[in-house]
Amino acid sequence: MTTGAPSAGAQTPDVVQGPQGVPTVPGAVPVGGRPDPRPMSRRGEILYFALRTKKVIIGLAIIAFFVVLAVIGPIIRPGDPDALIGPLGASPSADWWFGTTSFGQDIFAQFVYSLGSTFLVGALGGGLAAIIGMTVGFVAGYRGGWVDEVLNMITNVVLVIPTLALLLVAAAYLSARGVVVEALFIGLTSWPWAARAIRAQTFSLRSREFVSLARMSGVRGMRIVFGEIAPNMSSYLFLTFILLFGGAILIAATLDFIGLGPTTGSSLGLMMYDAVAWSALQLGLWWWFIPPGVAITAIVGALYITNVGLDEVFNPKLRNT
Amino acid sequence: MSLQVTDLRVYYRTLAGDVQALDGVTFGIADGEIMGLAGESGCGKSTLGNSLIRMEGRMRHVGGTVTLDGVPLPIDDQDEMNHFRFAEVSLIPQYAMSALNPTRKIGKMVGELLATRGVRFRDIREELERRLELVGLARDVLDRYPIELSGGMKQRMVMVLSTLLNPSLLIADEITSALDVSSQRAVAQTLVEFRDRGFVKSMIVVTHDVSILYQISNTLAIMYAGKLAEKAPTDVIMSRPRHPYTRLLISSLPEIGVRFEEQRLTGIPGTPPPLLNPPTGCRFRDRCPIAIARCAEEEPPFVEIEPGHSVACWMAS
Amino acid sequence: MRRYFGRKLLIYAATFFIAATIDWLIPRFMPGDPVQSLVSRTGFGLSPEGSQALVTYYNNLFGLNRPIWEQYFNFWASLLHGDLGRSVYLTGRPVTSVILSAVPYTLALLIPAVLLSWWVGNTIGARAARRKWLDNTVLPVGYVLTATPYMWLAIVLAWVLGFIFNIFPISGGYSYSLEPTLTWKFIGSLFSHWVLPFASLFLVGLGGWAIGMRNMIIYELEADYSRYLEALGAPSRLVRKYAFRNAMLPQITGLALSLGVVVAGALVTEIVFSYPGLGKLLLASIQNQDFFLLQGIFLFIIVGVLVANFIVDIAYVIVDPRVRVAMSGEEA
Repeated sequence: MTTGAPSAGAQTPDVVQGPQGVPTVPGAVPVGGRPDPRPMSRRGEILYFALRTKKVIIGLAIIAFFVVLAVIGPIIRPGDPDALIGPLGASPSADWWFGTTSFGQDIFAQFVYSLGSTFLVGALGGGLAAIIGMTVGFVAGYRGGWVDEVLNMITNVVLVIPTLALLLVAAAYLSARGVVVEALFIGLTSWPWAARAIRAQTFSLRSREFVSLARMSGVRGMRIVFGEIAPNMSSYLFLTFILLFGGAILIAATLDFIGLGPTTGSSLGLMMYDAVAWSALQLGLWWWFIPPGVAITAIVGALYITNVGLDEVFNPKLRNT
Repeated sequence: MSLQVTDLRVYYRTLAGDVQALDGVTFGIADGEIMGLAGESGCGKSTLGNSLIRMEGRMRHVGGTVTLDGVPLPIDDQDEMNHFRFAEVSLIPQYAMSALNPTRKIGKMVGELLATRGVRFRDIREELERRLELVGLARDVLDRYPIELSGGMKQRMVMVLSTLLNPSLLIADEITSALDVSSQRAVAQTLVEFRDRGFVKSMIVVTHDVSILYQISNTLAIMYAGKLAEKAPTDVIMSRPRHPYTRLLISSLPEIGVRFEEQRLTGIPGTPPPLLNPPTGCRFRDRCPIAIARCAEEEPPFVEIEPGHSVACWMAS
Repeated sequence: MRRYFGRKLLIYAATFFIAATIDWLIPRFMPGDPVQSLVSRTGFGLSPEGSQALVTYYNNLFGLNRPIWEQYFNFWASLLHGDLGRSVYLTGRPVTSVILSAVPYTLALLIPAVLLSWWVGNTIGARAARRKWLDNTVLPVGYVLTATPYMWLAIVLAWVLGFIFNIFPISGGYSYSLEPTLTWKFIGSLFSHWVLPFASLFLVGLGGWAIGMRNMIIYELEADYSRYLEALGAPSRLVRKYAFRNAMLPQITGLALSLGVVVAGALVTEIVFSYPGLGKLLLASIQNQDFFLLQGIFLFIIVGVLVANFIVDIAYVIVDPRVRVAMSGEEA
């Protein structure tokens, strides 16, 4: 089905970042215009611009670098990353690229192993949040009426609860926690802004001609949502997922840092927790806490930049070439 | 002459090159004249209308001149042009219904705007209220927020505001496109009334709907693919069109009372040429039923074939 | 107006109810017996009968041997009396008083950091939207800042300014050698211990707000009403003034939304600096498995966030005329 022509008015800026990945305009309609999703671009055109946009290239390159590192890292430095095999508290050298901890553990080994769990929790947590957000958003936006009211209520409640507080109370009581459990918690609590944003877009798409046409030809309910509406928002959904992914990584790092992360395995937040707990600050063991933070900042930052770049690709108006 | 446009060229700069949206347009408008500017989507009429008041986005003034009441208009200088905007040249935009700041009371916004143009609100308030009454708006609309008004009311408000300083030239850009037929009629009549009362001296009404223009305009200019195809007094265009495009356009208009069995509605098969690299010669030749070999080689000039009637066609002149 | 606020209050009340109930539920449905683990940790060297007596004592004390519905009811009863139980880790001190002694420190960090980063960030973002050279620095810096985890920036600041350059202290709320007295020396010490944690919260928030505002301003400048004003020859300062005011509205909404995240950030920042606020208390309660303290802190945070949300809602209604208009239409 072809979509309607884009309107002449301005469009909602999509998922703009606020502090720590909480978008500043989730679903709220700025005063300037109505929310109006973009028409579907041809794949070729998207790919062409995507691969030429500086932001996308840089962002993807950084992420790719860390992914590769996460994959080949355990091969370069095989064995248990927590093994006590080096000199105590040694600074970076040719033997120990990132130095060692106060106990003589190889920080580089810990680092590359942690990258894996970081990406995993980001993907799982972000993915779960995306699924919930999409479900709630689509249903609320498409159905409207009392269904919408109820879902709105739920969204608002989950939105207002300071998720960290909730997570740590819950996590404190689970004696054994894995990455999956952590991802579960994150996914269950970080979806509200995405649901709001998707709902707003669904609302505006719902009244477009191609949806009416689909309804008239007998297509019902959720099939319209998945068959007509979602594909028209596909770029928007993708961008939302990227932000959820980044947000999940940050939340996970924070949880790990308080000591509520996975009880097994290693993660970047956990490395920082250890560093602070064992006075790396006061002892000046900077190589212990600098790399994990740099990695998180770089990965999340790269995700944000890729998001902005892709937004320019999907929405030609933003391109300033 | 109130407005004189000479060989105006306005292109859009894009990644792929220059889109020659307006490619050498020459015409004049007299005081008190309402000129209708019609053509299909992409013919350049909106570009022409907008270039006379504000170049937006990627528009670039590539050549040609514009003179208003004997004074050249600096259309490519945003700052210089500000002196002329609102007071000499004004615009009723296509997006009139969303043209008012939603978080400001209308009266306050008008006052602030006028203040920046050196007009005191209380000096002009009485006239403003008179005009509001003229279009059927209550005085208290000034104390309201745009959200409290209907679409039609907002549009009327914009019409009053745009003409408040009695500009020499008013450009009405597709202002009836979003309206139903009876509203269209009301708006069209309001435009004529503004001209009759002297609120505006001359007007360019841009639209793709020729039937409206038939009702209100003194002259009609038909554009095609960035160039003027024909310009003449309205009754001349309707009764004796010379350009094949104009002919096809007029004949495609439905007539009240004529039944389907008597006369089929015909469109014009084909599409306009791309303006990124326009073809040589006449741009209409691919869809023209009477094109000859010369049409492909040489571009027909826009010449006057009788007083007040100009055409760009080898077969017509 | 009443309906609007009534609705908001309803949501907040529901949120509090749900959150408190979850808070109460969790220890009772998680695996393991908190009392048992408590006794096994604190009751060293006791005979089995002694341990058992202790378990019974604690069960009595915490009311865990009563039927569930009665426990729930008692929970709410004592809650409404402001009684959050007694802290196990701090040997019997009422949780409420423990929390209240830590709250001022956390608020001293949160309130200035949130308000200032919001204000300064919005101003910078608005300026960046107009000047290309500023934009080219603000954007990358802003993205890096907002991608930085709160606790990591805290660590870095502590390390650079505290450890390497020794300008600021890196732990405690005030110098350990001082007694809390109302002297300039003490106040000065309070301040110098406050600077780094505050700066850390401030900087991370700043990045996000600056970017958000910059994008909002650009969007407003391209809106139809801006185009119309420019077509009518309005000077750019008028257009910018309108754009700025309109861009602020979603930023106010965003403020409420960011509260949960900022509170989390404050908590971890305090942990890094051993700053005696709720964050440090939280860590202690987790490490010592002091459930009452943990639950008490959680409820406190919830209430704080709800109150702050409500304040932002009020502010939004005052600032955005459309909401008021829509509401009066409701009542008419």
